[in-house]
Formats: sequence, C-alpha cells, structure tokens
Amino acid sequence: MEFETIVFYALAVATVIPAFGVMMAKDIVRVAFWLLASLSGVAGLFIMLDADFLGVTQVLVYIGGILVLILFGIMMTHRDPVLVSADDDRRRSPFTGLLVSLMTFGALMGVILGTGWNVSGGLANGKLSGEPTAAPLGKALLTDYVLPFEIVSVLLLVVLCGAAYIARRGKDEEASNA
Amino acid sequence: MTISMNTILGLSALLFGIGMFGFLARRNIILMFISVEVMLNAVNLSLVGFSWHMEDPRGQVLALFVIAVAAAEAGIGLGLVIALNRNKPGAGVGDLTELKW
Repeated sequence: MEFETIVFYALAVATVIPAFGVMMAKDIVRVAFWLLASLSGVAGLFIMLDADFLGVTQVLVYIGGILVLILFGIMMTHRDPVLVSADDDRRRSPFTGLLVSLMTFGALMGVILGTGWNVSGGLANGKLSGEPTAAPLGKALLTDYVLPFEIVSVLLLVVLCGAAYIARRGKDEEASNA
Repeated sequence: MTISMNTILGLSALLFGIGMFGFLARRNIILMFISVEVMLNAVNLSLVGFSWHMEDPRGQVLALFVIAVAAAEAGIGLGLVIALNRNKPGAGVGDLTELKW
C-alpha cells in the first residue's frame, strides 16, 4: 500500500474516533477537546485531498475561532464547567436519535455505493494536480463567484452586529427584564 | 494516492451520522451546537472529496462558503446561548416553550 494511502486512513481514524468521543463523552469540556481532535483530523484530510488552503482555513476558522468561542460559551454558561448535569442527557432515551441517524447513514451509504463515480475527465475546469490551491480559489472567488462572496461578506457584517446586540448586557434591557 | 470515492464519501456519511446522533440524543444546547459543527465538517469533507475527484476547484469554493456561514452561525448561536443563560439561568432545551402553542 502506498504511503499516502496509509496516511489518509490514519487521518480518517483520527477523525472518526474523536467524533465518537464527541458523541459519547459526559464531560462538556472533554467534548470540546474531542472536537478539537476531530477538526484537526478533518484539516489533515483536506490537505491530503489537495485542498491545502482549505486545510489552513479549517485550522484558523474552526480551531482558532469556533472552538475558542465554544469554550467561552461553556465557561460563561456553566457554573460548574466540568460536569454536564445528569438532567441534560438523561431526560429522554437516545433510542429514537440512534434509529434516525442509523437510517440516515444507511440511506447515504446506499446512494454512495449504488452510484458509479467514474465521472472524471471532461468536467475539469482548472486542474488541481497537487499545486497550491490559493491562486485558483482566489481567482474563482473574485470572478465567477464574486456575488456570493459579497453576499457572504454582508452576512458576516450583519452577524457581527446581531451577535453584539444579542449578547450585550444593556442597562435598560436588564431593568425591563427584572 | 489510491483512495476510491466510496471511501471518502463513506467517511463523510459516517461523520454525518455521528453528528446527527449527537444532535438528536443530546439535551444540552452547547452539545447540540457542537454536533451541528461535526455535521458541517462531514459535508465539507464530501465537497472537498468531490473537488479532488473531479479535479475542479469549484467544490473547494463551495466548502469555503460553508465555512464562512458556519462561522456566522457559531457567532449568533453562542450569542443566543449567552442571552438565554442571562434571562433564564440553567434552562435546558426542554424548558424553552414560549413559542409553542
């Protein structure tokens, strides 16, 4: 077996096992750290799949941004940050969730295995071929996809204002809520 | 690298199933949010896999948009969690019934 293939499978295992940890762990801070491992594995898989720019973006945005935000959220909302209260998880049995997610997984696998994936060639637009992807991505974002790009930038601005408004601790707001 | 498309998409489907189970079975708002992040990662993995398979950078552009929207979702979601915790300390998802009738 080729070395790259072995690395790919190792990264796949390093992504899926922490994902099981995210699902099973009872301790909310440990869930966040399992998520860190899983996101790092996905970043490695991106790099193995010739998406070096996306791998770095994954590290910057998910690990550097979202994960830190999640940890802040945990610290600010849980008086005792280490323990999930028993009430949180035990109120309902996970049987229905297990059934629905297994059925979804089965349906997805059925579609995946039932489709022939030999569509390569003819559809290629800008060849990737192991070269850095920052240049083709930048070109695509500022030519063909400039309208979605601008819409996303406006969305981020709206989200910035909205999050600041929602999470702010206004004096008049507190007085009216009290 | 000799990886078949089935392997990449199967891995993505497995991650998606795990995230979905977490979302449906957990009763804590932050844990549900984390499960959504796992599902978004699974979708991104399949997009990058298609991009690699078809040698076309457009899949990566789409994955980049998904990452941007996920960041926006994280900001708003955690702002809502903090606002909720300020107004109803210790409330679980089962207690949020104001919009129900």
